[in-house]
Amino acid sequence: MTQTMVKSPGTEMAFIDEVCSIPGGEAVRSCIQCGMCTGSCPTANKWDYPPRKAIAMVRAGLRNELLSSNSMWFCVSCYSCTVRCPRDIKPADIMHALEIISIRSGLSTKRSRTPIMYQCFVDSARNYGRVYELGMMIKLFMRTNPFSALKLAPVGLGLFLHKRMPLKPSRIKGIAELKAILDKARALGGAK
Amino acid sequence: MKYYTYYPGCSAEATASPLGISVLPVAKQLDMELVELEDWNCCGSTPYWSVDKLEAAAMAARNLALAEKTGFDLVTPCSNCFVILHSTNEYLKEFPPFRDKVGKALAVAKLKYGGGVKVRHLAEVLYNDITPEGIAAKVTKPLKGLKVAAYYGCQLVRPNGFDDPESPHSLDEIITSLGAEAVPWEMKARCCGSSLVMSEPEVALELINKLLKNASENGAQCLITPCPLCQINLDAYQSQVNSRFGTKYNLPVLFVTQLIGVALGIKPDELALSQNIVSPMRLLSPYL
Ligand code: SF4
Ligand code: SF4
Repeated sequence: MTQTMVKSPGTEMAFIDEVCSIPGGEAVRSCIQCGMCTGSCPTANKWDYPPRKAIAMVRAGLRNELLSSNSMWFCVSCYSCTVRCPRDIKPADIMHALEIISIRSGLSTKRSRTPIMYQCFVDSARNYGRVYELGMMIKLFMRTNPFSALKLAPVGLGLFLHKRMPLKPSRIKGIAELKAILDKARALGGAK
Repeated sequence: MKYYTYYPGCSAEATASPLGISVLPVAKQLDMELVELEDWNCCGSTPYWSVDKLEAAAMAARNLALAEKTGFDLVTPCSNCFVILHSTNEYLKEFPPFRDKVGKALAVAKLKYGGGVKVRHLAEVLYNDITPEGIAAKVTKPLKGLKVAAYYGCQLVRPNGFDDPESPHSLDEIITSLGAEAVPWEMKARCCGSSLVMSEPEVALELINKLLKNASENGAQCLITPCPLCQINLDAYQSQVNSRFGTKYNLPVLFVTQLIGVALGIKPDELALSQNIVSPMRLLSPYL
């Protein structure tokens, strides 16, 4: 742990302040490192740094190590940690904050397909106002590993044959209005 | 008659269409008037939340602003939409600078949100407003002898749930009200892997396998769940679990509304029973 209190590039903020600046992230300061979050986490064994350790790293300023790890991308938002944390910290929200900062800083890992999946999902929601699942899945596989699609093709086909996989997107009427709202939110930048 | 503004969510119109289809006749028989929110948009879902929180909240807030004009509670059958819309409401209350920015974004489309919408999950409405007793009174085909595991998943009961977050009971009571037997099992509120089934299928398949194993070991003949993601993972990916782990599960996974519908005597096609991947037809035939 040689990197303590590095300033986040492009900002004057320490890593911990950067995390605190995203709603839900501010509670990170009151963690007592009890490990309840890691013990409750259904995917913790896959994380480079499991939840408790990830929180310790935020406080130690280990920005690059943590943001380029696969850790938070394995969070499935099950909120088990959140209802059990004795300090009322919402570790799931902290993981979401780390995902946001990781994408924003261009550090998100290539070892997990989840950041790309999330991006494909967001593009779909922005373009149509609703999620077009087939289009999103095709995009995800093209951008990651087209061959992995073969494995999941029977699932997609099964859904299609059971009339659960529309081939066309449905677009909301107010799509222009929605895009204007989202563009404005983007221009206002930053969550706080 | 009870009135609600209805928010189906994207899945209920596509990969979870048996949910979207079965909700309507069931609501009608239970004297609920669900008026679909005009031109609703995607709630933003967990992915948007993890990419840009302000945009995600603005996306959710357009729905809240539209719903506020209707004056009724906003009810969704999707657990993820519920968490997102509900949390957006809370963030807007707790973080004034955040609320101001979302307000500025909405103003571009001449919308305004005053924070007055109550966001509710359909399962909670069924339990608290309609009540298990109210449902039981309308049952025409009691599901005697059917052993059902109630699968709550995560986001119905955490972090904003109306039931015990670790050991919930509301859906078990609904099962009993239909004349069926609610099977006790430990993993009823553990995670199915959600959308990681697409990006990290190995991780999700492992979690799905644990759930199916625990439910079948406790004697369940089928499962019910309110959540689109949970249903898709347990139903559409069941054959993947079987080939990955050498298991032989053949467990139908129904939406809560489908099972209620059967007990209310609603016809199978109105409940989209043929759209479940693992067919429930043989199991349910004594009651149809
Ligand atoms: S459960 Fe809460 S207090 Fe304990 S380590 Fe996790 S975040 Fe910190
Ligand atoms: S919400 Fe995320 S970090 Fe918390 S227990 Fe669930 S998967 Fe782990």
